[in-house]
Amino acid sequence: MTHPGKPLIEVVNLEKDYPAGAGVLQALRGVSLSIAEGEFVAIMGASGSGKSTFMNLLGCLDRPTRGSYHLDGQDVSRLSSDQLAALRNREIGFVFQGFNLLPKLSALDNVALPLMYAGTGREARRRQAQAVLERVGLGERSHHTPLQLSGGQQQRVAIARALVTHPRIIFADEPTGNLDSETSRQVMDFFSQLNREEGITLVLVTHEADIAAYARRRIRFQDGRVVEDVAQAEVAA
Amino acid sequence: MIFTSLFETAWHALTTHRMRSFLTMLGMVIGVAAVILMLAIGQGAQAMVRGAIESMGSNLFIIMSGATTTGGARVAGGTAPTLTFDDAAAIRELPDILASAPVSPGSAQLIYGGVNWNTSVYGTTPDYAVVRDWAVDSGGFFSEADVRSGARVAVIGAVVARELFGDEDPIGRIIRIRQAPFEVIGVLAAKGQSLDGRDQDDTVMVPISSAQQKIFSGSLRNRARFIMARAVSEKSMDAAESAINELLRSRHHVGVGQDDDFTVRNLTAIAETAASTTRIMSLLLGAIAAISLVVGGIGIMNIMLVSVTERTREIGIRMAIGARRRDVLWQFLIEALTLSLIGCGIGLVLGIGGAWGVGSLTGLPVAVTSASVLMAVGVSFLIGVFFGFYPARSAAGLDPIEALRSQ
Repeated sequence: MTHPGKPLIEVVNLEKDYPAGAGVLQALRGVSLSIAEGEFVAIMGASGSGKSTFMNLLGCLDRPTRGSYHLDGQDVSRLSSDQLAALRNREIGFVFQGFNLLPKLSALDNVALPLMYAGTGREARRRQAQAVLERVGLGERSHHTPLQLSGGQQQRVAIARALVTHPRIIFADEPTGNLDSETSRQVMDFFSQLNREEGITLVLVTHEADIAAYARRRIRFQDGRVVEDVAQAEVAA
Repeated sequence: MIFTSLFETAWHALTTHRMRSFLTMLGMVIGVAAVILMLAIGQGAQAMVRGAIESMGSNLFIIMSGATTTGGARVAGGTAPTLTFDDAAAIRELPDILASAPVSPGSAQLIYGGVNWNTSVYGTTPDYAVVRDWAVDSGGFFSEADVRSGARVAVIGAVVARELFGDEDPIGRIIRIRQAPFEVIGVLAAKGQSLDGRDQDDTVMVPISSAQQKIFSGSLRNRARFIMARAVSEKSMDAAESAINELLRSRHHVGVGQDDDFTVRNLTAIAETAASTTRIMSLLLGAIAAISLVVGGIGIMNIMLVSVTERTREIGIRMAIGARRRDVLWQFLIEALTLSLIGCGIGLVLGIGGAWGVGSLTGLPVAVTSASVLMAVGVSFLIGVFFGFYPARSAAGLDPIEALRSQ
């Protein structure tokens, strides 16, 4: 298996237990893999396979029970919750199935929100957020609230929010799950383009094979373990 | 994280639920307005009492004819005058006493020209002006010689001067007190209300001898209804009181075990009791108002807890995109603070307005002090922090994954 660059993500024997009743639920049972900078990876698996737990760990939303996780050479399991928040803010962008926009804020304010936590000044925030909204083709709609936008538009606002801090890696959790096939294709094309032209590392969680086909590497989870990790040819856009 | 952004976020969240924010604030509004109003009324009452005490004179005794209690039953004091002018003169000679004046009080009709005025008349001696620390605005007080000779001279209070003479200068004019002509030789300085609410300036003072001969002709000669005495200092009050008791018991031949036929009262102590009663009353008013402030704070906490529960998903989103726990804590804390401080501001306006209204309606000298305003603002701030902290901490303590999963 050939990787295009140096490892950005490196996990060794990653385990995650959840308390369940009297015992524990072993969501991850020893996962070891690495993802290089600039890769486009699809993580697949049935629900309960551990793929979402794995995503949450990679996204620094949670800490592993055992095993190590290095992000860009840094041991994430040793970081404080503030340091994790800073990593999520600067290095990581999230795109969710349900878009997760704040319904009362305009598209512009939603996109500018991560910059507020980065300590950027108000005017700079608005300027940068507007620029990213134009990149996703919503420059004209920056003052609409999420409810005034279609699903595809909302997901583009969410992508703009993920991009606004110039992260090195974007985690997308079923990003097309709430979209029709045509809008899904547009969103996936945009992701491919981001990966190809800007070298942003993309980790995509999905259970749909045709969405996973956009990625160049496919990892399949089952019962908390990796059961498949293969390279695949890119789908022509 | 920049504080102006925090305030913007808080403001946005509060204006999103206008009605709810307003109702939450209402508790603080009412609490602060009540505190300001009650403190203002309390201050006003205290100022009024303080003024009355100052006008009364200091280190005062009043010695009244008759015992306070006879055989365990209370009888009206001063029914049979047992005190004499000589008692007053003897009290004056006591080492701890500065001045002592017998008083024969009553009321009478004054006539000057075509004007009638009913007022209280005090027959007394020049010592009365010393005892009451009462200055003369124009003219002078009558002298010991006037008292000895029974001179028909009068010193009138400020109200009497205004009612009888208007703009005219009263000095040297002849007024009739119950038909007897008296020459006005002085006008007293204004003192305002006494502790029992009487207007002290509505009065006329004449030599006690002249009062008994010409005005209150039915009264016993050389007997005084009461004697007012002033001790040389606050420290000598106790010594002076026992000296007066001892002196009068021997002068009136009151034997051991017999009831006194007089009563000595420490007026200054009574006044101080009145002052401390007023102080306690205003403290009580303030405390009751403060309770409503605390209730307002609990209202804020309640709504903030609801808000945290409702916005769990929002908190999760904010955490996912990089909000640190303390950013979330500050967001909710500042929301609570904004609520309490805006409520405080509106409450201040209402409270000050209300105090002004009460003042102009009742004539009570209500006083909104900067101290009470600062206190209200300070307490509101503390309430915002105190009652905002728990909901804010529970928001900051949320697990980002669980928060994101919530609906």
